Amino acid sequence: MLLFLSKRLGLLLLTVLATSFIVFAVLELDVDTVAVKVLGGYSTQEQRALWLEENGYNRLFITRYAEWLSNFVQGDFGYSTRFKRPVGDFFWNYLGMTAILAGITMAIVVPLALTFGILSGMKETSLLDRVLSFICIISTSVPEFASVILFSFIFVFTLGILPGTSSMIQGFSWKELVLPVLVLVVYDFGYIARITRASMVEVMHTSYVRTAILKGMPFKRVVTVHALRNALIAPVTAIFLQFPWLLSGVVVVEIAFAYKGIGHLLLEGALYHDISLIEMCTVVAVIVVVLTQLIADIICMFLNPRIRFS
Amino acid sequence: MDTQTPLLEAKNLSIAYSTRSGPLNAVINFNMTLHKGDSIGIVGESGCGKTTVLLALMNYLGKNGIITSGDIFFKGKSLLSMSQQELTDIRGNQISMIYQEPMSALNPCLTIGKQLFEVLAFHSNLSPSEAQERTIETLHDVRLPEPEHIMTCYPHQISGGQQQRIVIAMALLSRPTVLLLDEPTTALDVTVEYGIIKLINSLKQKYGSSMIYISHNMGLIRQTCEDLIVMYSGHAVETGKTKDVFSKPSHPYTQGLLKCIPSPAHEPSERPLSPIKGQLPPANDRPKGCFFGPRCHFFKEGLCDNPNGIPLEKTPFHPNHFSRCARTHELEKLEQPPTPKAATRASSSTQDTHPLLSIQNIKKNYHVQQSLFSSLSSSKTKTIKANNDISLSVYKGQIVSIVGESGCGKTTLAKLILGLEKPSSGSISFDNQNISDLSVRTRDTSLISHLQMIFQNPNETLNPSLSVGYQITRAVRKFNPQLSKKDARKKAFKLFDMVSLSPQIFFNRLPMHLSGGQKQRIGISRAFAGSPSLVIADEPVSALDVSVQSSVIELLHKLQLNENCSLLVISHDLSLVRYLSDFVVVMYLGHIMESGPVRDIFSPPFNPYTEALLAAVPIADVSISKRDDIVLEGNLPSPFNPPKGCPLSSRCHRFIEGLCDTTPPPTQKISDVHSITCHIPIDTLKSQPPIFTTNPNQNNQKETKS
Repeated sequence: MLLFLSKRLGLLLLTVLATSFIVFAVLELDVDTVAVKVLGGYSTQEQRALWLEENGYNRLFITRYAEWLSNFVQGDFGYSTRFKRPVGDFFWNYLGMTAILAGITMAIVVPLALTFGILSGMKETSLLDRVLSFICIISTSVPEFASVILFSFIFVFTLGILPGTSSMIQGFSWKELVLPVLVLVVYDFGYIARITRASMVEVMHTSYVRTAILKGMPFKRVVTVHALRNALIAPVTAIFLQFPWLLSGVVVVEIAFAYKGIGHLLLEGALYHDISLIEMCTVVAVIVVVLTQLIADIICMFLNPRIRFS
Repeated sequence: MDTQTPLLEAKNLSIAYSTRSGPLNAVINFNMTLHKGDSIGIVGESGCGKTTVLLALMNYLGKNGIITSGDIFFKGKSLLSMSQQELTDIRGNQISMIYQEPMSALNPCLTIGKQLFEVLAFHSNLSPSEAQERTIETLHDVRLPEPEHIMTCYPHQISGGQQQRIVIAMALLSRPTVLLLDEPTTALDVTVEYGIIKLINSLKQKYGSSMIYISHNMGLIRQTCEDLIVMYSGHAVETGKTKDVFSKPSHPYTQGLLKCIPSPAHEPSERPLSPIKGQLPPANDRPKGCFFGPRCHFFKEGLCDNPNGIPLEKTPFHPNHFSRCARTHELEKLEQPPTPKAATRASSSTQDTHPLLSIQNIKKNYHVQQSLFSSLSSSKTKTIKANNDISLSVYKGQIVSIVGESGCGKTTLAKLILGLEKPSSGSISFDNQNISDLSVRTRDTSLISHLQMIFQNPNETLNPSLSVGYQITRAVRKFNPQLSKKDARKKAFKLFDMVSLSPQIFFNRLPMHLSGGQKQRIGISRAFAGSPSLVIADEPVSALDVSVQSSVIELLHKLQLNENCSLLVISHDLSLVRYLSDFVVVMYLGHIMESGPVRDIFSPPFNPYTEALLAAVPIADVSISKRDDIVLEGNLPSPFNPPKGCPLSSRCHRFIEGLCDTTPPPTQKISDVHSITCHIPIDTLKSQPPIFTTNPNQNNQKETKS
């Protein structure tokens, strides 16, 4: 187990290193574009050359990467041209906001989706299954930008019980969190519920579930003890794949509600060619992807003894 | 409950499966009565409804199974009208079931101990310590070593034979009154199967359980059951005491089935196989009257096609012996179908001096690494010796068989010959050409077409989306690039004729529209597309039903003679080997234990392993009696850690301590062609009695105790 963990952590570092190199290469290999991005399109050739010389851009690419990397590791993430501040000064706040949004969303999605999936998968084609499946498909098929408008219309403009923006200028507010979470939950839970259902249906058809039934186990025990654990293996991977999506894929929701999260930053960074910001966002996104997959694998290992003892 | 009430009774039971194309009658008007201590066997080929009957006896048919008429009574109470709670109380407690594939019948995510305990937790009032005691006792009863350790294991950590014993123990834990067995040994090796059968028989006596045993293997049923029901296409066609049915089979189907099984105790010429023509009718298109009619030699118009069906009638032989045949009473006087002449094989005696295929001291080691990382961190790899010093020759026109349990290295050997793997050392020469280093990709077309293979599972070897005609034509064109499209098609037509499939009917069909036997015929015709001189057949009939097996065996026999090619048959079925081959090689754990002409292998002196293999063969023929004093105990040793000395030493019933476990055995020559690898002197081995003895009179005489 320890060996496995250390191996995987090593692999994680390697992945992060490789992606950081690729990101750095894409953004900073061609130094002229860097100068254009920083100084703007109307700068003269001399200005650019001067700026490049001053900022050490005429050195070898590898040397620059090494310097960038060592700064990065020491906590100097570069200067944001958009926010006119070092990236490290404000990035963590935004990340924290996204973490709150993602965490609350997952805390609602996971139990809800698993319950829906298990209930509809344990008795395939029953009335309960059909009703739950219907709800899941509807919820998944409405895209975020549509539900943003729909929910805003209902809760903000018609009922007037929720605020329409979630920029949290006056400090943290639960009320402002409701709409973004609602939109994300509605969009995401149906998907995981469908995966859970498919996995559950498959498991309910296996011979060992038949064995359990013919052993005279009550149906409740068949589902909770014999089927559930096997059926959870597939959804776990899918659930943990939602984290990267929640980190960077929720641009629409964050923009729509003016929520100050990573998605917001990423869009700003991309629009204003903010190289350091993009680099930071990308590296953090990669770390989150690899880390969540590692957690997913560990959970799968715990669920599936065939992996644990091979 | 008075003694008259049967434990389990099925009355006029009919079961249908609802499908999109309407209901399919899986079981029709089935009757069965099980009293305390009875053992009933149900035999039949796949699709005859035997598993459906078994599941119905637990009232578990899945969503689309419907009992259309009749009822099932357990101790006089209708199972069909019971509540879910009552059913739960009976299942696993009073009626338990032993399943076909133990690996999939056990939950992979729960420890074996947990899976066993819950039976007692729900069905008994035993305290945890009593339950623990009962579990360990039962595990001892099924002869599992170290029960405490096994209970902490997960199913994938133990062998197939052990898994089957766990499934049996699980069924026995609550001391059920009725035990249902669904082909409990199908996935197992012959020797393991034999151990399990002996175990079931002894447990039946110890616990006094009644049992219903379903199988497609007549020999197994004969060894385990007192009563017999033969099923065909949803019907019981013959019922009675097992010994009566086997000694006086009355239904033409039963007779046909028995004639389909090759006998390990007879020369092929003494007991030629006579396949049943045709195939099982689909459940939605059964013939009028007798379902077996179209395949029956005795079919009589106006009698056997009675639209009201044929009733189950008493036979003249025994008051409890019934047969569903309109001609039961005249059947004996009718002329029997002509027994086909066994293919005469003269080739074995007229051997060339030079072998077609010659394998010299082949070794094949597999190096197994744990993972990429461990191979980086340490150079330790484990070695499996899959083939160890194998030498063998195949002459032109000869049929050579390789037998042994799974894991003995027979498939590895086939891969080496075909060039799918490279030998670690040794040489293989084919037609005077050294081919040991030629992988299949570097071999030229003529070599590939001369060295062909027939695969075990015809379902997986045919491309499901191309017509079989196209697939054969393609093989023909690959092997004979000079042929025009038209000529290739002609040749493909000929190949269809050769395997007795009408090209007009079958050429454009997709594999899914063919039965298992027909698919295997296609597989065989593909192997013969390039006029091969050697065909390797890997378990060519093991995936097929009994009645189909024999016709495929006959086909192989015929093709081999007509095409004058050699066959290398890989099989675990010794009856088949006896019937088909000239020369036999017995392998165990990558070693050749014995090799010789087929007659010498099947009579003393035996290598102890051959002896055990032969003793494990289930025999359906009542005229053959078998020694049953040899059981190979234990499991195949781990290939990572084979026994020192003789590979068999850990399981051998003739084990000599201090010799067999330390020194590799010598290869002793009995004759020019027959050799045995064993420490025991030839004279001692020679003094062993034969495994099978035949009483030729018994066929027509009254049966004796089997």
